[in-house]
Amino acid sequence: MDASSFVFPNDPHVPWSIMIVLYPYITGLVAGAFVVSALYHVFHQEVLKPVARLALVTALCFCAFATLPLLLHLHHPERAFNIMITPSATSAMSGFGIIYNAYMLLLIVEVWLVFRPDIVALAKTTDGRLGMVYRLLSLGDREITKESRAVDEWLIRALAIAGIPAACVLHGYVGFLFGAVKANPWWSTALMPVIFLASAVVSGIAALIALYLFFCWRRKVSPDADCVRAMSRYLWVSLTVAVSLEMLELIHMAYESGAEWHAISTLLTERLAISYGVVQVLIGSVCPFLLLLLAVRPRLNPRWLTALSGIASVLILVQVFAMRWNVVVGGQMLSKSFRGFVEYPLHIGGREGLIAAAVILVLPFVALIFASRLLPLWESDETHALGSNPLQTADTRNSPTTDTLISVTNQQRTMLNEENSADPDSVDYGAVVRNEHV
Amino acid sequence: MTFELNILNNGGGCNSGDSAEQPCGDHTGCGGCSEAPDDSSRRQFLTKASTIALGSLSLTLLPMSGDLLSDEPSLDNSDGSLADTGSEPADQSEEVVYGFLVDTERCVGTGKCLTACREENNVPEGYARTWVERFVHYKDGTVQVDLVPETGFADSDIPPIAPELVDRAYFVPKLCNQCEDAPCNQVCPVHAAFTSPEGIELVDPDRCIGCAYCVQACPYGVRFINPDTGNADKCTWCYHRIQRNETPACVEACPVDARVFGRLDDPESELRKRLAKIPTSVLKEHLGTHPKLHYVAKSGEVI
Repeated sequence: MDASSFVFPNDPHVPWSIMIVLYPYITGLVAGAFVVSALYHVFHQEVLKPVARLALVTALCFCAFATLPLLLHLHHPERAFNIMITPSATSAMSGFGIIYNAYMLLLIVEVWLVFRPDIVALAKTTDGRLGMVYRLLSLGDREITKESRAVDEWLIRALAIAGIPAACVLHGYVGFLFGAVKANPWWSTALMPVIFLASAVVSGIAALIALYLFFCWRRKVSPDADCVRAMSRYLWVSLTVAVSLEMLELIHMAYESGAEWHAISTLLTERLAISYGVVQVLIGSVCPFLLLLLAVRPRLNPRWLTALSGIASVLILVQVFAMRWNVVVGGQMLSKSFRGFVEYPLHIGGREGLIAAAVILVLPFVALIFASRLLPLWESDETHALGSNPLQTADTRNSPTTDTLISVTNQQRTMLNEENSADPDSVDYGAVVRNEHV
Repeated sequence: MTFELNILNNGGGCNSGDSAEQPCGDHTGCGGCSEAPDDSSRRQFLTKASTIALGSLSLTLLPMSGDLLSDEPSLDNSDGSLADTGSEPADQSEEVVYGFLVDTERCVGTGKCLTACREENNVPEGYARTWVERFVHYKDGTVQVDLVPETGFADSDIPPIAPELVDRAYFVPKLCNQCEDAPCNQVCPVHAAFTSPEGIELVDPDRCIGCAYCVQACPYGVRFINPDTGNADKCTWCYHRIQRNETPACVEACPVDARVFGRLDDPESELRKRLAKIPTSVLKEHLGTHPKLHYVAKSGEVI
């Protein structure tokens, strides 16, 4: 008996567009990036120090734009605040208001605390409009003492600890949004929140590797090989976990062969053959798995490490996007009649079109570049300048200016510290930070 | 064979159904007949929902049912009334629960219910609050499912199917199941989806944010985002009509009584009597939504 192609009459109007693909993608990057910063702040993975600040600011920049795709998707965005004013206790979606705002607040406070010494210093030493921005950001507190910094450090760690479950809730609930829809057999699985979480961590680490390498290239400094190697290891482990969970879910469905399996298998093999089979599994999972396996070898040449990790990270970022696409769009392609499929017409223009989606994806990166100019994201430049990194010599050979400037910066830093040694509480962070901005 | 011929060639020979042309009296020109016609009543439902959520007030402060049922169906014998329930008018304090029965053995696919619904509720083209599926079981073991056009098959361009190729065929009308445990209601983040005291799932057009989560959650594909209003839209069993003692437009338009609407709470209603005597079933029972829409002679292929 064949299931003829038949879809319910309302099903062709696919209600969740690429905007709903972007939302879990962006929140996943937020959660993943935060986990990396937490590995440094909570679990003292000193090797991640070069990216600790970048991780936090990346999380904040992406979190700031996480609501944009939702607002573009809502047919009544002017009523968006209803979700916070009159949330329904039975709806997973209504948790959005509390979860998102709490997480955003946590990120803002943590970023502010981490950068407070820099902000205070810059507020004292920067003139003009930019100086006013720093003075505003300092919230009037221009005094950094050992005691106040100790409190800050304690708070940073406490927030980082609180942020781990918060990140899990932020992204776990997004997975729950899909996993709890019993009407859709492609979504309805208790594994969905876990899969979303695992892939969030994967995407966050991959994004940080890619961003770190990008910023190093842009600043003409060498990446910290140990840091890249450590992140690649974390990425390899989390990718293995995430893909295993995804495959476990699929194998479980196939093995059980429930009533809807026929429709799901057709969906995967015919409708999602490219985006699932080729992009998500082959290019996005198998290739980076092998690349990272090569990259994490201890004695690998740092250049190869950078190249392999960079390529793998970009592929993984594509994989996670494909995974979100296959879940969100793929799930809606399957008609609730389970007898046919509908097409999702991805428009180029319009509120929920490809251009709008591309702009939303670019905006966090623009914010990140802006933030990198406003705040000192790189606090470990001196380690590069001192030549502790085997890559350093080779890379800076062609950029003597950078090398000289960094050396000067460190000399000045040493001098400043010596000058202030009598009163260590009143270190002129402004001078240090200003020099780092060279 | 005559029955099959009707299904395969002309979809039945009904001549009635002009009553479906009746306009929506209280909502002329409105696109929101899906919603409760009484604004004050709707606000009270929402007040109740908020109150429960806050856990701060007693439900006794909100005597909704009495107000809402002030328009209680009088069950007279006028055309299109609820007279077929065969019961006495309910006491105003009595809880009224409506139910629906679809008899797939009676439906002949005229499509008159579809036209009646679209006109009654201003349903946009390309969307459906109700539809009728045609199942054709061929002798080679394959099953073909398609939609009955609003004109019926007889007046459509769809070529007829040769009867000698077919084992059996039947029509299955679909509409909102008005689930007791409605997933659409459960997932709505802003209380825009709510249940009337009579158990009808409604949409508050002033609260809906158009997130479409309810559209995803409905296992029966009944909900959609209305392109004209931006709100979630769905079959309400013509709530505005039953408030006026009338049956839903599709029920009134059906020439063969394949759609039966009535009170589930009344043991004397025709609906209850038929449910008691005939084996019936519901759609996607395994999902635990507990629909109040029941089917007579529903084949296993129908989901």
